[in-house]
Amino acid sequence: MNIRSKLRRVALGVSLCGSFLSVCAQTPNEEIAKYREMLADGNPAELYEMAGEDLWKTPAGPKYTSLQACDLGLGAGVVDGAAARLPRYFADTQRVQDLESRLMTCMESLQGIPEANVVNANFGEGSKKTIAALVAYIVAHSKGMKIHVSGAHPEEKRMYALGKEAFFYQSGPYDFACASCHSADGKRIRLQDLPNLLTRSGASFAWGSWPAYRVSNGEFWTMQQRLNDCLRQQRMPYLVYGSDLSIALSMFLAKNANGGEMLAPGLKR
Amino acid sequence: MPEFKKFFRVLLGLGAVIIACQTSPFCQAQPVKTQAPENPPFKEIFQKGFRSQGIASIDRLTQDANQIFCSDPRRAQSAAGMKEARMIEQRNLESIKAPTDGVYLGDWRNGEKIAQSGRGLTWSDVPETPVGGGCYNCHQIDEHEIAYGNLGPSLWHYGKNRGSSKEVLIYTWNRISNAKAYNACSQMPRFAHSQILTEKQIQDLMALLLDPNSAVNQ
Repeated sequence: MNIRSKLRRVALGVSLCGSFLSVCAQTPNEEIAKYREMLADGNPAELYEMAGEDLWKTPAGPKYTSLQACDLGLGAGVVDGAAARLPRYFADTQRVQDLESRLMTCMESLQGIPEANVVNANFGEGSKKTIAALVAYIVAHSKGMKIHVSGAHPEEKRMYALGKEAFFYQSGPYDFACASCHSADGKRIRLQDLPNLLTRSGASFAWGSWPAYRVSNGEFWTMQQRLNDCLRQQRMPYLVYGSDLSIALSMFLAKNANGGEMLAPGLKR
Repeated sequence: MPEFKKFFRVLLGLGAVIIACQTSPFCQAQPVKTQAPENPPFKEIFQKGFRSQGIASIDRLTQDANQIFCSDPRRAQSAAGMKEARMIEQRNLESIKAPTDGVYLGDWRNGEKIAQSGRGLTWSDVPETPVGGGCYNCHQIDEHEIAYGNLGPSLWHYGKNRGSSKEVLIYTWNRISNAKAYNACSQMPRFAHSQILTEKQIQDLMALLLDPNSAVNQ
């Protein structure tokens, strides 16, 4: 089945639910489960994956080079299984990096696209849109694998500890920390389930299913965007894209998720 | 005692260096080298992880004493922490202001609207965005609203079950104004203390919970 007819089915499913909103609202989790079933062989994230594959293989930037020499941790150009082992320490940059910050490094060193171009772009625009597509392509090549983040390097340990401290750090007008909503089982905001990120099952549900295509706004969201929006709703200031803090939070989440399954790109409300 | 003499000479030498350093700008410009550069502490990494955007400036990263206490669950749950928690609760309780016009109950219908809205105070909001209480995010309130969260207890039949004695009015007012007066690390925002809701909005929420005519008490 080609992608267009898959998408037509997806759109049909969404509009059916949209036109009977009250029916959907009664059992939204069941409805989302139905969405997922309908979309199982046609997640719109596939469009991003396809675009991402092109972006990976096609020369671009001032240096007019492809990203195929990019080392995501398993050697230059190795995409299979790379996302399942991130974040990790990279000797060349001497820092722990998640997938998105690593892609920024490769785009700058191989293609000559400054990191600031990505950091300063709005989500869904410019170089951030490029990264999102690359992310979709790369995570799809870890689908079904076990999350396997080492955390053995001293820098990885340090980032994990920083992420843990950040997870419990509460401030802002609402006194919220990540822990306020994500440290107990069976909790919800409205009807949205809140995974307990201190457990392996909760953390792997979250870490393993992002990045994802969001049905509610028709956007593909990377993990960095997911974290950014969590902190926005926490009433915190703007999380800096690719900052050590964002990577520390990812390290905490990913290591807690170790052993869980990579399901991304996922499909979300 | 040769050791003592040696020690004395080192001490004298150190003194000379210190005096020289205090008078010579050259020495001040070249501070004594420490060992390997230390990793930046958590606070620095945390601060660098954010930038101000719209109404959410980086001032929001600065914690008050209550937030510092509750960011360290191990400390909060220790024996000493339990004592500290009681003191924090007492301070919060003492800081709560009773309604200036002495009226506790406003308009329950308006209260329902405030309870429904979870908007306001994010960096994507403007100062004019009406701020909601976000109550349904965490509480069941009117049972006809099925999209409610469960981080807090159900408030269905709140007034029907408790009546509206002076004690209940004051307790409920306090709980909305500053929930940390009763539980130092309650997950609930301090709606009056942190200037999230106005006095009028809190009066309307009070009515939603306690007015016998409110949908909550049918």
